[in-house]
Amino acid sequence: MVASASNMARQVLDATDIKRAITRITHEILEKNRDSSDLVLIGIPTRGIELAERIAAKMSEVEGSDLRAGSLDVTMYRDDLRMRPARALEPTNLPDDIDGKIVILIDDVLMSGRTIRAALDALNDHGRPRAVQLAVLVDRGHRELPIRADFVGKNLPTSKSERVQVRLSETDQADDSVTISGGDE
Amino acid sequence: MKHLLSAGDLDREEALLVLDTAQELLAVAQRPVKKLPTLRGRTIVNLFFEDSTRTRISFEAAAKRLSADVINFNAKGSSVSKGESLKDTALTLQAMGADAVVIRHSASGAPHLLATSQWMRGAVVNAGDGTHEHPTQALLDAFTMRRHLGDLDGKKVVIVGDVLHSRVARSNALLLNTLGADVTLVAPPTLLPVGVQTWPVQTSFNLDESLEGADAVMMLRVQRERMNASFFPSAREYSRRYGLDKQRVSRMGDHAIVMHPGPMNRGMEITADVADSTRSVIVEQVTNGVAVRMAVLYLLLSGSPAPEADAS
Repeated sequence: MVASASNMARQVLDATDIKRAITRITHEILEKNRDSSDLVLIGIPTRGIELAERIAAKMSEVEGSDLRAGSLDVTMYRDDLRMRPARALEPTNLPDDIDGKIVILIDDVLMSGRTIRAALDALNDHGRPRAVQLAVLVDRGHRELPIRADFVGKNLPTSKSERVQVRLSETDQADDSVTISGGDE
Repeated sequence: MKHLLSAGDLDREEALLVLDTAQELLAVAQRPVKKLPTLRGRTIVNLFFEDSTRTRISFEAAAKRLSADVINFNAKGSSVSKGESLKDTALTLQAMGADAVVIRHSASGAPHLLATSQWMRGAVVNAGDGTHEHPTQALLDAFTMRRHLGDLDGKKVVIVGDVLHSRVARSNALLLNTLGADVTLVAPPTLLPVGVQTWPVQTSFNLDESLEGADAVMMLRVQRERMNASFFPSAREYSRRYGLDKQRVSRMGDHAIVMHPGPMNRGMEITADVADSTRSVIVEQVTNGVAVRMAVLYLLLSGSPAPEADAS
């Protein structure tokens, strides 16, 4: 499953596309929720955090307010812990009180939906938000649970054997991009 | 990492993984729901052949916060007091489906025997064996120091007291050395173990001198229950020469912290005013102990060794 250098890694989004997608998602979130006062933006590590920060920055710009993004590590809530080697935990950094707020969960790629299921369980242990909405940069289908995204940067039909790689400037020290590699051998 | 038997088994990377994991888990205690579903359906047996309230409660709290089922097995009043061997106890635990055994035993090496004997398949965590090791105590001490002092590389740690009978001292010496700290053991000559020259530490008989420039001082309990010979002339002389009082604390830098694994003999190895002072992190050590033990149980019990690549 690891993409080798020689394969046909295909770039589907470049930095400009990602920037546009983030801008559009930001406006869609505001449009759907009227304003930003009750919103809590929460990124799922690792790249969800950077996306959440970018959406928060964009939203602050649009709304003229100071919005911050939080993060939520879902490792301890995953359903595949017994199948994989133990992993290091990522930071969880939530505002004190999410009760009654509208939480926007933000992740880079949505596929099986299992990460989001874990995130919903984790949120449940931190409080009771009024509503939870989901924003993702890429939705590649292959859902295994009844979960859908409210805001999608790009719908990307893929085969299960393909690999979608999101790179973000801060996390990966590389230009923003989304690429597909692998596929039928 | 399959078992945790000795602090010396951890390389720097593994030790830091435990400490970083504990750092994230510490926040669980501040949440409205102090529980994670991670080890749901797993069984952890606390197998205590020696009295210990603090360590057992700490492990129990850690396991319960991870949603594991906890069975406490105290040797007193159990089949062990009727003469059951460690092997038969282990076979029983295996038959009951224990995923991990946290063992405290008065015989040094008992956890090692349990882990290598094939009597049971679960993970083994050493919660103190004889005068040998107590690795989770060392991890929680390192964790506490890291929170106050930052990276432990080059930090000066002084461990004072009954090193001879102390598994805490040995585990701390090994782990702190792995993490790059300079460790000085201070004790009367009678309370230093044979072969201490081979430990990665310096030794001294002079507490006042050793405290100069120290970043942390760890007082060990004088273990009267393990003393079948007189190692020092009198309690008064011991506390005069090796006890920590206000004046001695002032020899260290303003940032330096005072630690004790507990339970303390107030007035013996540490005076009450030092134990209760703002420099003392003794109560915090207890809080951190739960987080560190959660990290250890999580890392030992979740996950299979075979990595499986998968996207998202």
